[in-house]
Amino acid sequence: MNESIPPKEERMAALSGLGTSRKRVEDARFTQGKGNYVDDMKMPGMLFGDFVRSPYAHARIKSINTEAALSLPGVHAVLTAADLEPLGLHWMPTLAGDKQMVLADGKVLFQGQEVAYVVADDRYVADDGIQAVMVEYEELPVLVDPFKAELNDAPVLREDIADQSEGAHGPRRHPNHIFTWESGDRAATESVLSEAEVMAEEMVYYHRTHPCPLETCGCVASMDKVNGKLTVWGTFQAPHAVRTVASLISGIAEHNIRIVSPDIGGGFGNKVGVYPGYICAIVASIVTGVPVKWVEDRMDNLMATAFARDYWMQGKISATKEGKITGLWCHTTADHGAFDACADPTKFPAGFMNICTGSYDIPTAYLAVDGIYTNKAPGGVAYRCSFRVTEAAYFIERMIEVLAIKLGMDAADLRAKNFIRKDQFPYQSALGWEYDSGDYHTSWNKALAAVDYQGLRAEQAERLAAFGRGETRKLIGIGLSHFTEIVGAGPVKNCDILGLGMFDSCEIRIHPTGSAIARLGTISQGQGHATTFAQILASEIGIPAEDITLEEGDTDTAPYGLGTYGSRSTPVAGAATAMAGRKIRAKAQMIAAYLLEVHDNDVEWDVDRFSVKGAPERFKTMKEIAFASYNQAIPGVEPGLEAVSYYDPPNMTYPFGAYVCVMEIDVDTGTTEIRQFYALDDCGTRINPMIIEGQVHGGLTEALAIALGQEIAYDDQGNVTTGTLMDFFMPTAWETPNYQTDFTETPSPHHPIGAKGVGESPNVGGVPAFSNAVHDAFKSFGLTQSHMPHDHWRIWKIANSLGLHD
Amino acid sequence: MGKTHLKMTVNGKDVELMAEPRQLLIHVLREELNLTGAHVGCESSHCGACTVDMNGMSVKSCTVFAAQAQHAEITTIEGLGSPDGLHALQEMFKEHHGLQCGYCTPGMITRAHRLLQENSNPSEEEVRFGISGNLCRCTGYQNIVKAILAAAAKMNEMKESA
Ligand code: FES
Ligand code: FES
Repeated sequence: MNESIPPKEERMAALSGLGTSRKRVEDARFTQGKGNYVDDMKMPGMLFGDFVRSPYAHARIKSINTEAALSLPGVHAVLTAADLEPLGLHWMPTLAGDKQMVLADGKVLFQGQEVAYVVADDRYVADDGIQAVMVEYEELPVLVDPFKAELNDAPVLREDIADQSEGAHGPRRHPNHIFTWESGDRAATESVLSEAEVMAEEMVYYHRTHPCPLETCGCVASMDKVNGKLTVWGTFQAPHAVRTVASLISGIAEHNIRIVSPDIGGGFGNKVGVYPGYICAIVASIVTGVPVKWVEDRMDNLMATAFARDYWMQGKISATKEGKITGLWCHTTADHGAFDACADPTKFPAGFMNICTGSYDIPTAYLAVDGIYTNKAPGGVAYRCSFRVTEAAYFIERMIEVLAIKLGMDAADLRAKNFIRKDQFPYQSALGWEYDSGDYHTSWNKALAAVDYQGLRAEQAERLAAFGRGETRKLIGIGLSHFTEIVGAGPVKNCDILGLGMFDSCEIRIHPTGSAIARLGTISQGQGHATTFAQILASEIGIPAEDITLEEGDTDTAPYGLGTYGSRSTPVAGAATAMAGRKIRAKAQMIAAYLLEVHDNDVEWDVDRFSVKGAPERFKTMKEIAFASYNQAIPGVEPGLEAVSYYDPPNMTYPFGAYVCVMEIDVDTGTTEIRQFYALDDCGTRINPMIIEGQVHGGLTEALAIALGQEIAYDDQGNVTTGTLMDFFMPTAWETPNYQTDFTETPSPHHPIGAKGVGESPNVGGVPAFSNAVHDAFKSFGLTQSHMPHDHWRIWKIANSLGLHD
Repeated sequence: MGKTHLKMTVNGKDVELMAEPRQLLIHVLREELNLTGAHVGCESSHCGACTVDMNGMSVKSCTVFAAQAQHAEITTIEGLGSPDGLHALQEMFKEHHGLQCGYCTPGMITRAHRLLQENSNPSEEEVRFGISGNLCRCTGYQNIVKAILAAAAKMNEMKESA
């Protein structure tokens, strides 16, 4: 009989479960141009809405005249704040406990702000209408420098809350001050610093940038007045949260709202927030009675929806003469723009910035963050990162380098000397986190060996000597980074957004013939969920991944979840998937035992079937069990085979990695060339190595962009000077290198399958590696710190200021 | 605004339509002809998401007026391969994980298709240069380059055996 059962390995391979580089099921339609993105939607009678935007960063609105626009053929309506006010929709709550104007209410606070909304036959006519709306502005003094926000003569930006001394996150000390958030022990840290043998201090700036997914934000809103049901299709990274927010602010009952995320052309945090465009499309559909589409153009996107970073991090780090770190202090000035619209869990107004002790065993630490209003766009989203982890990782990985210079120590040795040791996990950090697992020395040593670190340093020294002799104008920079992430938000006990706990969910139905459908509360934006979550399930329930349909993004059918960002899908929804699978298996076990006429405990799971213990030839496959569940009356067991799991993670997960960047820098032109980039990632259990590698390539390229040129810059009048892809750096295939990827595998002890999440690691760890390479190249000429982005012009200036052009 | 009568061949089929002088080719393809494969990423000819083939050349259809396509021969992603027979490029993009969100993919494949007509045996460097007008935010290009080189090899093989 045994011959009839294929060997275990063969049956496992047939499942395409955990650990296989399964090809993506999404690709067939995407490669044929058959994706379904929001701008592809067409509905009968659909109109197009678009914004009149402010040319000024700070101005009072004297008047808005819509007459000429309304008289244009094809223009159906022009909405202003006055029209939205009776509905209570001229302002909306932000995810950070602040509120934001939907349409300018009396004044504008940043360039590109939404002033009026023109609804027309199509996008061309809408544009005609925009040109015809006459707005009279009175310019006000502009505040762009957060360090000038609290000066006596600073203009008050938010007159609506000017006299409120208490904000969503505690006391406010000035009308332009949003909050102060503290973590750690200030007194203890200051005393450690004052007694330190060695102390290094530096201002580390992580500039303002933008996630800039290739598809901009947009939606189609359709109010069906007959059924009283509102449907909104849009670029939503968190459809369920959008439904709840939409219900709370519109007063439409939640069951009468359906939010659908179709295919999304990249998100990277840009599509977490709720934007005026969504609200206006909804109102316009209610007003006109037909579906209304809004899709922002690239300039709108860069100017108005969701910047990222903009943290000024003043740091102090202390150590013994031998290089053992004793304390870390950080004060951050956070430029939030005109409204605090950061997408952080409620209790964390500066996100997880307090992971800034990084991979190091730092006994004493203190962090304070001051949020500041300026005349810039709101946002502060997690651009491919988990709530300010990128800022934290950049800060500590720069401070380590600065300290190494002060100590005269090799920065690789300094890191190794201070890593949290493997036997210290679970590790309590000084700023309150419990790191779940890690093996930093192993990852570090593997990385240094892979690139021949000593060899590189020797080559660098030779190059320097040749440079000194005038034989070359190129320097070598070796950029190191060992980052620790904190992802998978998060435990409901301390993580919520607008009061919604950050659990996630999965619902599975097994069909009678043994195939299945699974629905999740998350939403893919290119991460390949339909592929990988089916793999998790295949391993759990023994049904081949190709027989499992995966659905996300429709709030009418998917179970409630908080969506996809902050690398939370695998840690949270992936866990829910495994747990729901285990519920299926538990019921299947009872059915199998009944069919095999033995006790429940006498059968055991074997890849894709239950077999009788000690008699493997007596078994029931999952397929047979599924069929039986629908057609046999089994005493004490309900018919059908379904399960739902809502997973509240007990802890965050802590992926980590070791990156090395080798860069050639031309001191005369400031140009850079990445000669080698080695990336070792440890994301715990690996679900699909091919997809992990793809995520690492993509994240590193975004990191390269940020470190070497990508910024949202303002002039002193608050004009955005990088509002098109001409000025906003997006690397092409030409300047992007080939990356070398590698891994270690340290499973998360608390996650059902040990997975930690990976999508954001390369951005978090990549930026310091690229930036450190630039710094390293000029280190021997006396450079300790220079702000990103390191574009050619700024690098040229570094070389120039160090006298290298003399 | 007055409309002009336009005739063009799109994916081998003759089409006729009325378009305003200011209407862009990308909008005519997507909205009048329902060919939504080519996308809009910038409308300023930087990203290449809107790339189609016009008279044997890659063009960014967000910067071409529909009127300029009078009597033109246009190929979009919908004109390459079919559900039962993917084009070698489509197959290799899947095989080598050359896409993630898929938004750049139609433009990227359409561009790569023209590139391989111009140079059937490109080096990695030539591929990287040849697609540098098409941005991808997700993949970091490494697997796109791999996919295009693999497709070139496959197409050459098919040519030889034919
Ligand atoms: S949309 Fe045409 S190049 Fe970007
Ligand atoms: S796959 Fe998303 S932009 Fe290329």
